[in-house]
Amino acid sequence: MRKAALAALLLATASPLLADSLMPAAPYTNEQLPDPKQEAAAKHLMESLRCLVCQGQSIADSDAEMAGDMRSLVRTRIQKGEKPEDIRKWLIERYGDWVSYNPPLDALTWPLWVMPILFLGIGVWIVSGRLKRRNRK
Amino acid sequence: MIAEGGLAALWLAAALAALQLVLGIMGVRSGRTDLLAAVRPVAVVQGVLTLIAFVALIWLFVTVDLSVALVAANDASTKPLLYKFAGTWGNHEGSMLMWVTILGVAGGAVAILERRLNERTLIATLAAQAAIGLGFYAFLLFASNPFARLNPAPVEGQGLNPLLQDPGLAFHPPTLYLGYVGLSVAFSFAVGALVTRDVGAAFARAMRPWVLGAWILLTLGITAGSYWAYYELGWGGWWFWDPVENASLMPWLAATALLHSVTVLATREGLRAWTVMLAVVAFSMSMVGTFLVRSGILTSVHAFAVDPKRGTFILALLAIYIGGALALFALRVGTVREGSRFDAVSREGALVINNLLLSAILGVVLVGTLYPLIAESLTGEKLSVGPPYFNSAAGPLALILVAVMAAGPVMRWRRDDLKAVAKRIALPVLVAAIAFLAVILLAPGIRILPLLGLVAAAGVGLASLAPLWKRNLRRTPLFIWGMVISHLGIAVSMAGMAAESAFTRETLVATQVGATHKVGPYTVRLDDVQPIAGPNYTAIEATVTARRGAGAPILLKPETRTFPSPQTETNEAAIKTVLDGQLYIVVGKPDDQGRWQLRAWWKPFVTFIWLGGALIAFGGFLAMIGRIRREIRHAPPPEFV
Repeated sequence: MRKAALAALLLATASPLLADSLMPAAPYTNEQLPDPKQEAAAKHLMESLRCLVCQGQSIADSDAEMAGDMRSLVRTRIQKGEKPEDIRKWLIERYGDWVSYNPPLDALTWPLWVMPILFLGIGVWIVSGRLKRRNRK
Repeated sequence: MIAEGGLAALWLAAALAALQLVLGIMGVRSGRTDLLAAVRPVAVVQGVLTLIAFVALIWLFVTVDLSVALVAANDASTKPLLYKFAGTWGNHEGSMLMWVTILGVAGGAVAILERRLNERTLIATLAAQAAIGLGFYAFLLFASNPFARLNPAPVEGQGLNPLLQDPGLAFHPPTLYLGYVGLSVAFSFAVGALVTRDVGAAFARAMRPWVLGAWILLTLGITAGSYWAYYELGWGGWWFWDPVENASLMPWLAATALLHSVTVLATREGLRAWTVMLAVVAFSMSMVGTFLVRSGILTSVHAFAVDPKRGTFILALLAIYIGGALALFALRVGTVREGSRFDAVSREGALVINNLLLSAILGVVLVGTLYPLIAESLTGEKLSVGPPYFNSAAGPLALILVAVMAAGPVMRWRRDDLKAVAKRIALPVLVAAIAFLAVILLAPGIRILPLLGLVAAAGVGLASLAPLWKRNLRRTPLFIWGMVISHLGIAVSMAGMAAESAFTRETLVATQVGATHKVGPYTVRLDDVQPIAGPNYTAIEATVTARRGAGAPILLKPETRTFPSPQTETNEAAIKTVLDGQLYIVVGKPDDQGRWQLRAWWKPFVTFIWLGGALIAFGGFLAMIGRIRREIRHAPPPEFV
């Protein structure tokens, strides 16, 4: 896990994302967008993105420098009019599925969505079976 | 000397656990009364010895004995006394010793207090408790010795993670652990009853107070932990669907289901096999939680002092105990008689739905927590499962569950009429409908989950009081009061969660001293920023004045603390609690133009989340007192409620 975090950190340093942080404060790291609608969209997205160098925090609630840079990136792109899901896609391409708290539905993750329905189905099946048996008696 | 004494006490306790197990097995098999009679005192002495070992470790921490490796790594003479004391369990070895101590003391308490159960079943129960203890003693003594010496002793210790230096540390972990490990008693009762083929109402009544006790403490522990994370992490979040949080939620879900099914077994002799299964599952979830937290295989916001190597040991213990219990269950489930019958529309029926939904939610949380691990080990791909998944998968199930909760308590045992039930909950349904319209009109654009949460909270809040309708309140049994208050607590907590997520106002700014900003109904002004010194840290303290309209100014002093050992910075939020919510202010770093980061939140009714949690626990407490009093008064107790 530590190795992965380190790799993510190196990846991040290699990208131009972090180069900004050496210059005076990147825009919107700790400030909101002026348009409340855009800010709400950005906030909603940021809450579902993992801070890659933290212990299980989203970038919306982390003090880490990298989280701040990612907040700046998300807000700037939202301000330019990009769709939140496109930004998520771009980040996933860069950092892998690890960065998104919202697992996509694909070959690897389908059990996540099927299992709850399966649990409920099995439960209902068992209960209804027992009730029927009882009624017959 | 104290360290060696503690270690010796631990070894003796382990030896006694082995003795307790052997005597128990021999006694249950032969039925010899002298063997059976010997088990109780052994269990009591074992409990006392673990307590001695734990007190020894506390003593070492309080006196900062740096020749003990664990103390040197986690303690420091500069720490305030409270954190020397509570720091005992702020690390791996210490927290595992606390785990084992609770296990031992719980076994001793069962030996002293339990008088109603069939003697053979009780002794089998104590033997099962000893078997669990034995594995965890081995884990402590061979893989996590808390009393290991360090030579030469360092001049100063390395201190405690500053995030943990909070009064919450003195309260939250012990409460949670008491709940976690308290469920071991339910597990042992289930194993005991399976061994002696004694699954019935008497077993359920004996187990119920223990389940209630563990559940109350789990509820309090989770509630306290949530509030602690809320004010300590400095971003106003109160639940992160983080693996460590899920680890505490899973035993709670299982215990909640068990609490309800054990009632069906105790009063109606129904759901026998299912109740036994749940008792096994509940403590299994505690062990899974311990494994997840202690092994460090998961990335968590609450992770501290973890070691992956030890994970294998706990995993092996997990496999032995869960596998063993399930195997015993499979062998004996045929001998468990089918319980009494009931209709689909009945109190039992509603409780079955309750159990079904709680199990499904438990399944969602378990799968969501473990899935990233499984996926990574199978394919090498790292993925994250977080709040969006849990909210959308568990949220709807929870809402249905809460709706059933409104109807369940007003339904009759065995058989009821759907129309009559509908009539009884007509008023709450009407209130929910009015709430629905009101919220849509007053807060257009609200997200679906918070909307339904508010609606359900209104309906259920009223419905939870229905069992008191037309009753003489002074003669209403305590456990009915307990149920009513707990269910009301669920509604209150849900209202808080929904209101917080729908109506929170956030203001993040870089501000100069003297500038004002708006957050919700408040105007906030940064007046001053000063360096200050604490007992073992230095800090930047901001002075912020907040005003609501023309109201009196409120003074808030958020801090950023810098700890030298270990080198860390923490945010101390300043929180003003008013009747309808909390104002939450954090000061961050200055930028190159001398402006300060200021984060401010107005969180309407956020306090209801934890108030609801406290109500749930208080209701459980009343129910426990009521049940115990009734057990003492009537022996044997009546079959109906």
